[in-house]
Amino acid sequence: MPSLKELRARIQGVKSQRKITSAMKMVAASKLRRFQLRAEASRPYADAMRRMLSELAAATRHESELPLLMQGGPGRTHLLVMLTSDLGLAGGFNANLARAMRGIVERLEGEGETVRILTVGRKGGDAMTRAYPDQVTMRQPGTAGREVEFARALEMGKQIEEMLVSGEIDRVTVVYNRFINAMTQTPTTLPLVPLPVPENDNRDDMAAQYDFEPNEEEILAHILPRNLQVQIYAALLESAAGEQGARMTAMDNATRNAGSAIDSLTQRYNRSRQANITTELIEIISGAEAV
Amino acid sequence: MPVQLEIISPERLLLRKDVDMAVLPGAEGDIAAMPDHAPLMLVLRGGLVSLYEGDKVTEQFFVAGGFADMTPDRCTILADEAKRLDEISVETARSRLAALETAFANVAAEDVDAMDTMAKRLQAARAEIEAAEEAHPTH
Repeated sequence: MPSLKELRARIQGVKSQRKITSAMKMVAASKLRRFQLRAEASRPYADAMRRMLSELAAATRHESELPLLMQGGPGRTHLLVMLTSDLGLAGGFNANLARAMRGIVERLEGEGETVRILTVGRKGGDAMTRAYPDQVTMRQPGTAGREVEFARALEMGKQIEEMLVSGEIDRVTVVYNRFINAMTQTPTTLPLVPLPVPENDNRDDMAAQYDFEPNEEEILAHILPRNLQVQIYAALLESAAGEQGARMTAMDNATRNAGSAIDSLTQRYNRSRQANITTELIEIISGAEAV
Repeated sequence: MPVQLEIISPERLLLRKDVDMAVLPGAEGDIAAMPDHAPLMLVLRGGLVSLYEGDKVTEQFFVAGGFADMTPDRCTILADEAKRLDEISVETARSRLAALETAFANVAAEDVDAMDTMAKRLQAARAEIEAAEEAHPTH
């Protein structure tokens, strides 16, 4: 049975913990909102790009020689880009993704591919270095909850493009947490190279009428690297929003748990105080009777 | 019947507006987006996008390269970077050009791809200076 003093200290401790978790919850909620707005703002560009790519794909359908960024390299080296957070306290956000990664790596290796891993974010980097020390080829810091700039995606896109051109890798897939809502983030794979060709939704005569300036190949050569960057940017934003959502939910739970812990501790404190008083009274009364 | 013009950068939609005509800086020469234009996709160079209402220019934007997708009723510009003309300044563009020129001198002549990208960025910077000088003719 802990003493009254110990109980008081624990109640105080849990109370200050609750203050921290509820503050973290509110910070996460406001960051989540910001990332969602950014993700929304970046959507028109991605949509327009998808439309243009589907037209281009339709126009170059009969080409035998497609660009490297579109059909991938000849070998079987697969680069997995894993997007995680730098900070913990976000529930199963990073652990779920690490579990999904293990499944993917096993599947790809079972199919005879050589897997290489690029991790973004400290948490994913740590988990993957532990599980696959030989496959992790590059570790990059995440965004630590700050703004996600397009420049970041630009740089990553260029790095990946260089690796493809130099023949180090042949295929690229991004593995990240897709933001469904604040409660749910789903580990998702996004194949980047070879590029799944977007369906051309205007199958009518218009597709055939398209003119290209200077020509299809030239535009494709310009647009594919851009597309890589845009897709990475979108995934980075989704992952950042997902991280804040997961943290918000985790901290909300923690705040609630702290509340019920305080209630039960307070009840125990009051009970033992009452018990102490009763014992003392009995002692006094029986002492007085003995006299 | 107007054309719906959109200027979009990777980070946000900058403008969506109905215009009578828009002149874009195509990689192989300026090109006008007008109603009932045949579907066309093109690569842009660094330069000015001018919005027309009737025969008058109502607004101008500077884009540093990108793509455009034209259809009979719509013109979408995917700009690498885009600014309203009054937001660009000669000084910052000049210092950017100077930095690019030093970088250009350091690129190995054999690296054709790097030379090519650098040349494009130089062109975009020069076009920005030119545009800025025209917009604020104080010098």
